[in-house]
Amino acid sequence: MSEPILTTKDLQKSYGDNQAVKGITFSVLRGEIFSLLGPNGAGKTTTISMLSCLLTPTGGTAVIDNHAIPQDSLAIRRIIGVVPQEIALYDELTARQNLQFWGQMYDMKGKALKQRVDEVLEQVALSDRANDRVETYSGGMKRRINIAVGLLHKPQLLFMDEPTVGIDPQSRRRILDMVRDLRDEGMTVLYTTHYMEEAEELSDRVGIIDHGRLIALGTQEELKQVVGEQETVRLNFGEGHEANGHADLFNGVDGVLAATSLDGEIVLSVKEAAAVLPAVVTRANSAGLPIRAIEIEEPNLEAVFLHLTGRALRD
Amino acid sequence: MKKILNIGWKDLIVLFRDKGALVLMLGAPFVLTLGLGLITGSFSSNSGSGLAGIPIAVVNEDSGELGQGLADVLFSADLAELLAPDTAVSPQAARQLVDNNDIAAAVIIPAGFTAGILPNASGQVGDAVSIEVYANPARPISANVVSSIVEDYINQVETGLVSVNVALTQLVMNGRITPADTESMMTLGQEMGQRLINQDAAPQPIRIERDKAAAEAASNPNFLAYIAPGMAVAFLMYTVALGGRSILAERDKGTLSRLLISPTSATQILAGKVVGIFLTGVAQVSVLIAASALLFGLRWGNLPGVVLLIVTVSAAATGWGLLLASLASRPGQVSSFGTALMLTFGILGGSFVQIPFTGLLAQLSKITPNAWAIEGFMSLSQGGSLADIAPSLIALVVMAALLFGTAVLIFQRRSGALIAR
Repeated sequence: MSEPILTTKDLQKSYGDNQAVKGITFSVLRGEIFSLLGPNGAGKTTTISMLSCLLTPTGGTAVIDNHAIPQDSLAIRRIIGVVPQEIALYDELTARQNLQFWGQMYDMKGKALKQRVDEVLEQVALSDRANDRVETYSGGMKRRINIAVGLLHKPQLLFMDEPTVGIDPQSRRRILDMVRDLRDEGMTVLYTTHYMEEAEELSDRVGIIDHGRLIALGTQEELKQVVGEQETVRLNFGEGHEANGHADLFNGVDGVLAATSLDGEIVLSVKEAAAVLPAVVTRANSAGLPIRAIEIEEPNLEAVFLHLTGRALRD
Repeated sequence: MKKILNIGWKDLIVLFRDKGALVLMLGAPFVLTLGLGLITGSFSSNSGSGLAGIPIAVVNEDSGELGQGLADVLFSADLAELLAPDTAVSPQAARQLVDNNDIAAAVIIPAGFTAGILPNASGQVGDAVSIEVYANPARPISANVVSSIVEDYINQVETGLVSVNVALTQLVMNGRITPADTESMMTLGQEMGQRLINQDAAPQPIRIERDKAAAEAASNPNFLAYIAPGMAVAFLMYTVALGGRSILAERDKGTLSRLLISPTSATQILAGKVVGIFLTGVAQVSVLIAASALLFGLRWGNLPGVVLLIVTVSAAATGWGLLLASLASRPGQVSSFGTALMLTFGILGGSFVQIPFTGLLAQLSKITPNAWAIEGFMSLSQGGSLADIAPSLIALVVMAALLFGTAVLIFQRRSGALIAR
């Protein structure tokens, strides 16, 4: 895990006046899992689309394994594998037929293709359902076949764009384990997500992206140093008390660095939880918001994002 | 090239696994053809759709063996299931039964029929007279069956006569019998042989004469033979629209992006989609034609001609489907435009009913694959050759080339819009 397989410099993409990616620079090292963490609309998918030669950058450069984008797009398309965010499969075909078709698109054929199809089916644990039409699959199973297609031609660099969106916890767990296994087998993975937990669990390094800009980059430890000794406090209110819209209530409390609402809770970024909590509780009570539960978290990527943007990841 | 075929084959499978699409691609045209056939009585019986118990009237005014032989054939046990013959008192009465649509045909054997073929005791042959098959134009298949039976009988008589005379001639030439014994028969044999050889110059010894009603039936052939290709081509337009829709549907599903990310060029993808639409069209029309031939007994004519017409009309229709896809921005638009196009072309091109358009409408009908294909299929079903359908084939090929070219140009200009949603 030393030299980069992917390097971007000031990579940009604009649609008229709308700048979706505003010049991002990063490298992905061989054999690592690099996560692009950011909320929806941050520019993750646009970045992946440029790196997979689907969109032409409007500025900057990107090089994959010494091949420049977009000049060497054919060579790059043979090196990379892409697992798109949407389930890009043919529902009317069986899983095996889908894999065979996509393998043919990568110039695979004959026994080698058949053998590889069997391997990836086993890898995603769907060998027993291989001859069923994809339309009969659950969302999680479709996601796994979607990943299997990206693995068929044994790419050096795999782009996975939010591969766990909309699936059950069990399927998500299976996919995360699979991604780790791929890295252990030597594959480089560029993984985009807006789930902080996934980035924390999988990533060797993380790039935090927001509004088309890469606002932080490093290992998790490096990133957490950004927030120093900050802690995250989650306030949960009783039924009938909506947290949304009340985050500002806590912004003036001494020791609270940032406050935001997320999933019906108030998320506070604080210097020292124990010192700030009495004032927070008092402020909540005086506003008629009875606190039902308080959760204190160690510094994490959510806190980093909150610290850097003043917003929660899923705002 | 392999990838293009892979994409095309994939599309064919995907479309044929869509039950809803199958109903409209194959079920609807078949059911409509069947329904219209039943309504118009094109299946030849008053109540059913099968070819059985065809009602006919037989009038035998001939006193000879051949006339009686034909009557015996028509009343024979072998044809008892197929025909329901009855004897009419006079030719006029028999024709009246046909005119009243009570029977499918009247077979009238005139006086002197046998004498016009076989020599009398003095070796003389009378003037040839014609058997009349008075056909009911409302029951063309049944009438054609009756004509075929009569023609078959006549052919057997002719073959028998010629064989006998040739055999006698050979025997005499070889000295196996003496001329004195066979002089009169030799004369007859030579006379008959000469008649057959000079058929163009001399009147045929036997011929079937179809009267006005039968002639009308021939010039206005089986409605099924018209409606079946009409329906097949009309619903082919639906199929190609569905194929065109799939190009935009692939974009919306994300599979187009996935294809473009693979080492497959945009040209290969578009060509593959075209092949898919084309193969689906060919499969659809082939299935409909085969089914109508097997189930309705339709004779489509010259097989190579039929195959060429299927291929060219599918290509032309594919061109229209591609043009629709190149102009639309949403899959739903292609479906809507496709349905409108199917109906418009169906009416203009005569798929549903043959309307003798004049002026601008007549010219407009020529931009439809329907008009050219139906013209070609009709020509073949009436015995036409490849040369006869050449104008249709050329028109369809030119139409396909122009539409492909236009669609590809539009696709090239809109390539960005096609990738982005």
